[in-house]
Amino acid sequence: MTRFQRWLRSMLPAIVVGVVFFGAWELAVRLFGIDEFLLPKPSSIWTALGQQWSGVEGGTLGTAPLREAGLNTAGIAASGLLAGVAMGAVMAFVFTHFARVGDALTPLAIALNAMPIVALAPIFNAWFGLTSNLSNQAVVLVVVFFPVFINTSKGLTQVHPDQLELMRSYGASPFTILRRVRIPNALPFFLTSLRIAAPLSVIAAIVAEYFGGPQSRLGPVITQNASFARYANAWAAIVVASAVGLGLFVLAVLAERLLMPWKRPEAI
Amino acid sequence: MNANPADPAGTQAVAISGIHKTFNEGTDDEVHALEGIDLTVAPGEFVSLIGPSGCGKSTLLRLIADLLQPTSGHIEVFAKPAPQARVDRDYGMAFQTAGLFDWRKVGANIELPLELMGWSASKRRARSAEMLELVKLPDIANRYPWQLSGGMQQRVAIARALSFRPRLLLMDEPFGALDEMTREHMQKELLSIVAELDTTVVFVTHSISEAAFLSNRVVVLSPRPGRVHRVVNVTLGERTEDTREDPEFFKKATEIREALRSVEAAS
Ligand SMILES: Nc1ncnc2c1ncn2[C@@H]1O[C@H](COP(=O)(O)OP(=O)(O)OP(=O)(O)O)[C@@H](O)[C@H]1O
Ligand SMILES: [Mg+2]
Repeated sequence: MTRFQRWLRSMLPAIVVGVVFFGAWELAVRLFGIDEFLLPKPSSIWTALGQQWSGVEGGTLGTAPLREAGLNTAGIAASGLLAGVAMGAVMAFVFTHFARVGDALTPLAIALNAMPIVALAPIFNAWFGLTSNLSNQAVVLVVVFFPVFINTSKGLTQVHPDQLELMRSYGASPFTILRRVRIPNALPFFLTSLRIAAPLSVIAAIVAEYFGGPQSRLGPVITQNASFARYANAWAAIVVASAVGLGLFVLAVLAERLLMPWKRPEAI
Repeated sequence: MNANPADPAGTQAVAISGIHKTFNEGTDDEVHALEGIDLTVAPGEFVSLIGPSGCGKSTLLRLIADLLQPTSGHIEVFAKPAPQARVDRDYGMAFQTAGLFDWRKVGANIELPLELMGWSASKRRARSAEMLELVKLPDIANRYPWQLSGGMQQRVAIARALSFRPRLLLMDEPFGALDEMTREHMQKELLSIVAELDTTVVFVTHSISEAAFLSNRVVVLSPRPGRVHRVVNVTLGERTEDTREDPEFFKKATEIREALRSVEAAS
């Protein structure tokens, strides 16, 4: 078997489940006569996706094409994700390496983490301006920051005591221990947090977009289509949003493959 | 393997005098772990520490390793203060958990201390290959630790501890997590490795038969605070599989067992 055939074979169960799922959905909507505004058929969503993708056909709403809105939202999510991940990792390093700083700031971090962060979206709009991407990126950054920060901190500190004693028995300096033990030990924790953070970034971006800002984003496209009862269009935008989230998740998984060659093979 | 009384300078591998260790002194959590320990280990000797759980065996080993500082008393390793011996890398260590680094292949795990000592890559490679040969795992340099059984991991840990040829090996229940058969096998291998490299060993164990099989001397510690309760000299000559059925071996095991019983009864 070629690599492709093997891959296809491993994907087969997922494909079957997908086909059955969408088939059942389509069938259920048709058989039970479910109203399109409650739940559109997959085929209607597919049609809407085609119509809305590059231009708005037959629409008087003036919502942005899905391709443009999707790219914009993906850009906000990805840039916010990158900034939040970088900041989470750096702060984890600072908090754990400089114990004084960590002890002083941890209560603040816990308090901030308990705050429902998307509630900040309107405030950020006021701070950074409605027309700027910055306010939405800031929401993504803050949402993504905590899982990365918390997991990476754990990885930097939860080193097996025997391993630390071993390093000390070699006369290793704290810096050597950081480089040779703490950082590689934290890598799996960091990469797990990346997998959590990637889809989260899209959620955060869209919710932030609901609170206003430029129109050519998936958030406003969804709210506008929904308020005019064009549910198939709204669902088409949701499909695009899911695809963006999935794409970022796959990138996170690829990063893991690349950075952790020692990893025991597992399903996802 | 034998103690070396003919050592010209009369240097001991380990010289422990008047060691007391109290954790968290002066607080509510104060633990008096060791009290008045005097013990010497001659070069080439294999000494086991045995005693009830919590009596301070691991603490004593960490004191020798300078991973802990004594509350009072003095420890010399090859006639140097313990901190100096640590910096000079005069000893290697192995624990119950093999403590291999997941992200390093077996070869790179063994080479880690050499890397920290600034050896060149080719010298490191040669030494780790040699060590793997010695622990009878010649073909696994490119595997990751998770691909090894517990016994194999422990062998790699021993190879790592001895990779830079320290004169002293400190081991804390290294075979504690292994099954009986693997354990007995590893005991024999350990003896042949330390004989080949002429290494002095201080070995912590819970197993009476393990102590009797491996050691020249077995030090029985009393329950907390740990003191040297009795020292059992074991003279069994060359260890073979038959040693375990030797009446002398049983006699020594019984002697250790009785020392342990009397010390537990006394507390
Ligand atoms: N870092 C520490 N802080 C406080 N107490 C400690 C510390 N390390 C050990 N102790 C205490 O010192 C005593 C001796 O501990 P130690 O680990 O040396 O015992 P042990 O003989 O190795 O026991 P075991 O056979 O169960 O491994 C125990 O009561 C333990 O709780
Ligand atoms: Mg112990």
